Amino acid sequence: MTSPLDQKLRIDGLVVITANRLRDGAVIYRTAGGGWTTDLAGALVLDAVAPVKAELAQAAGEGTLAVGAYAAPVVHDANGRLVPGNLREIIRSSGPTFDLRRVPAET
Amino acid sequence: MYVYDEFDQTLLNERVAEFSDQIKRRLSGELSEEEFRPLRLMNGTYLQLHAYMLRISIPYGTLSSKKLRMLAHIARRYDRGYGHFTTRQNLQFHWIKLEDLPNAMADLASAGLHGIQTSGNCVRNISTDQWAGVARDEIADPRIYAEILRQHLTLHPEFSFLPRKFKIGITGAAHDRAAVKMHDIGLWLRRGPNGELGFEVAVGGGLGRTPYLAETIRGFCPSRDLLGYVEAILRVYNRYGRRDNIWKARIKILVHDLGVAKFRDEVEAEFEASKDYAPVLDERLVAEITRRFHYPNFENVEDNPPELQAAFHDARFRTWYFNAVAPHRVPGHAIVTISLKPVGLTPGDCTADQMEALADFADQYGYGEIRNGHEQNLCLPSVRQRDLPALWRKLDAVGLALSNVNLITDIIACPGLDYCSLANARAIPVAMEISKRFADPDLQRNIGRLHINISGCINACGHHHIGHIGILGVEKQGQEFYQITLGGKADENAKLGTLIGPSVPFDKVADVIEDVVAAYIELRERPEEIFIDTVRRVGIQPFKERVYAVR
Repeated sequence: MTSPLDQKLRIDGLVVITANRLRDGAVIYRTAGGGWTTDLAGALVLDAVAPVKAELAQAAGEGTLAVGAYAAPVVHDANGRLVPGNLREIIRSSGPTFDLRRVPAET
Repeated sequence: MYVYDEFDQTLLNERVAEFSDQIKRRLSGELSEEEFRPLRLMNGTYLQLHAYMLRISIPYGTLSSKKLRMLAHIARRYDRGYGHFTTRQNLQFHWIKLEDLPNAMADLASAGLHGIQTSGNCVRNISTDQWAGVARDEIADPRIYAEILRQHLTLHPEFSFLPRKFKIGITGAAHDRAAVKMHDIGLWLRRGPNGELGFEVAVGGGLGRTPYLAETIRGFCPSRDLLGYVEAILRVYNRYGRRDNIWKARIKILVHDLGVAKFRDEVEAEFEASKDYAPVLDERLVAEITRRFHYPNFENVEDNPPELQAAFHDARFRTWYFNAVAPHRVPGHAIVTISLKPVGLTPGDCTADQMEALADFADQYGYGEIRNGHEQNLCLPSVRQRDLPALWRKLDAVGLALSNVNLITDIIACPGLDYCSLANARAIPVAMEISKRFADPDLQRNIGRLHINISGCINACGHHHIGHIGILGVEKQGQEFYQITLGGKADENAKLGTLIGPSVPFDKVADVIEDVVAAYIELRERPEEIFIDTVRRVGIQPFKERVYAVR
């Protein structure tokens, strides 16, 4: 999937601002208060270009918290829960799609 | 095993100090991400989907037990207890933290390990045959020359900012186990008319979006001219290589655009013009580097010792032996390939416990040396034949006595979308599913030699173009699809595979591979005709018909 960092900004639905945390690379989401959280449920949800641009500009200016901020699609599932909107974001949110345990005997 | 001198160690220590300071300044905000990114990449540190990734160079695929133990330590102390061996004789840790890197890098450097030449537009880690120095079909150990090139080109100011990354592959054997034709420069050790050592030199190989096989521009370059000739190639590339378009920046594009004859003329002219100041590889220098390679003091032992003959009564040992053990140039010894391809698990991954166990086995049975090759497997290059039964039992206890080397479950796969920020589709789950479908050892042996290579994007880190069966993940409207190629080969008769038809969705890939294999079983003239030879004889059409008739 084309890297979101390479995509032109086009907002077709709900998005959140996501990035990697500078100190450890963990996936983080922008909150309504201008902070960051690792919990997608706590993310600020946007649906228009202007506020997305504003949040991205602010995130870019902060420098030492987040790396490579961009807008990622999200949707609400059947239970109204906010979930990632594509496979790439599901993997970023939940990790690899297979069991990381290597040797059955060790598990 | 090449032993670093004080100069090498000082270089590493200084690099650790420099990079640690750069990390500190990035974390404090003194350096922006834009400023820091090229600096971290110069040290093999990438930012992937959900973590940083640290790529560590394993020059010419040679590890000591000390280095492997250090990799185990890094996996356990700073990562998640495992590492991933790549197709370019590197090892990647996928969960490293930037704030831990200064300590991790210092630990690595203490064992002579680093991330230099694993990223950036420089000459990357030079890869070779994992059987170098012990193969029977070798005319000289290519690692001597790989090390000379490594020392000459590491941090070389003229060649540190090339148009694009640059990969050199080198072998001294008749059978190419290093995929040499897929490199920007491919080098084969040859003997000249008077028995002198030299190199056949090929340029312009590479996979990715525009795959090419390297083409020979010099049939024989005397070894004394190796550095000068490689410099001439790099200088021509530096001069004419494109810097305006990342997809056209590799030397293969330049060679293709100029034509190989014109490119050769340019290199020869540059080589001639630089003769007065070009570095000369004299015998004294080669001898000095050779002296620093500490070869095992091989025991004087016979082939087929009684311990080995007795072990053949065990069918499981026999199966493993005939799959994973190869002849060694020294009597009474053997080369043991350690498959890192257990059914249903990630190709190329190795746990910290397994690394430590292998380091112990290497010390006990293999003169303390371990290798890794582009197939993402490991190798104990020198094991006394009498120790093979004991080694096999110990490997078995840690899940490493697999008998699938070069078989259909010995799949090469890049990390794909499960880790990589460049990927379009997953590769590892595809490999896992295929290996489960063909898990039956008897079925694998019946199918015989068959290489499957999987890449999660067009960058082709899984070398899909040269797989007997190649699988390339692409994205279509947000969904994962996979293109299938047949007929690729990585050896001295290298070939690029041919696309058989429209891509198939993620959940159909293993079905397609089953269809392709079923067609092969029907089409082969005899059981000994391996898959790639059947494809060469009948072409892709029968396979295409089989795959798409029902889809």
